[in-house]
Amino acid sequence: MSRQQLSDLYFMEARSKVIDIAAFLDRMDRGTGAEDFRVISLRESMKILQSDRPDRAAEVLRSLSDTTTKPIPSATTKAACGAWLGPQKKAAAKQPARAAKK
Amino acid sequence: MRYIEPHGHMVSRTTDDYQDMATAGCQVVCEPAFWAGFDRGSAAGFHDYFRQLTDQEPKRAARYGISHYTWICLNPKESEDTQLAEEVLKIIPEFLDKPTVLGVGEIGLNKNSRNEILVLEKHVDLAAKHNQLVLVHTPHLEDKLKGTRLILDIIKNERRLTPNRVIIDHVEEHTIKMVLDKGFWAGMTLYPESKCTSARAIDMIEVFGGERLWMNSACDWGHSVPLAVPRTALEMRKRGYTADVIDKMIYRNPVAFMSQSPKFKLPIDPL
Repeated sequence: MSRQQLSDLYFMEARSKVIDIAAFLDRMDRGTGAEDFRVISLRESMKILQSDRPDRAAEVLRSLSDTTTKPIPSATTKAACGAWLGPQKKAAAKQPARAAKK
Repeated sequence: MRYIEPHGHMVSRTTDDYQDMATAGCQVVCEPAFWAGFDRGSAAGFHDYFRQLTDQEPKRAARYGISHYTWICLNPKESEDTQLAEEVLKIIPEFLDKPTVLGVGEIGLNKNSRNEILVLEKHVDLAAKHNQLVLVHTPHLEDKLKGTRLILDIIKNERRLTPNRVIIDHVEEHTIKMVLDKGFWAGMTLYPESKCTSARAIDMIEVFGGERLWMNSACDWGHSVPLAVPRTALEMRKRGYTADVIDKMIYRNPVAFMSQSPKFKLPIDPL
């Protein structure tokens, strides 16, 4: 398909999702307390969107993934949370919380 | 349009869903054993569930002209209790010879724990001993990449299983290549939020080709859409795909994989 055809098919959906993410981040800024590590991960993954690599979707998924290789000792929950708190994100999470704007 | 739902947890769905699926062209549904949303307390609880999958659900599907097949296992979400897992593993062979059981599944990992790996290895051994097809669940969200790597290593080490008789399900953009490169089949699960959307599934078909690949709704008791496969077919049409290519993805590919079991038969006179 041409880029014009793909835009006709998917632009409004993508536009809506970008605005939803912007509104989510605004909502987080209005919130109080420390930033959740999942949101820190999300902010990191959004940097990938501005790159010109051909596998942005895969790279975003990788950036939100557990990068360790060894099994965990035991499963203490059944659920996944959508992001992984690796050493770098742990360090980032220790930074002062983003200032609320109000 | 004709299609196959290769992964649907129909015991959790209403008869309205069967009716909608039949109306949309579904001829066959395949139901892997799943977690009930709570942990079963005994092997007897699993025995009843396996009876439901092999006796009751095919009759319910048949009322809508749909053939029902199933896969038997203890789901990885219940693998942490290894004593219970051992008891369940003992009753599984009783069901593998049932006429609608295609293989062992959905086995795999959930949180990538040591006990989950232990139970996965026992399921893999069971499947190899009984020459069964295998359907594998890969973990959710942040656990998927690591879990997929662990699973592929375990199954590749089992020389009695050939990759083309194993489908690794719930692949996404960051795991599909490693699955296909190792010779396995790959399943794409169409979910509203997690796993992948119709548009992303079609993207993966474009990037990786349409061989050894199927799509499923994995509809269950959670947020899921039983008509996700025919809706993706509609989206493929909007993207300019021919009816023949769509038919391959939603019908001929699942038939090709499941026909490796001599038990799998297409309906003689489908709606």
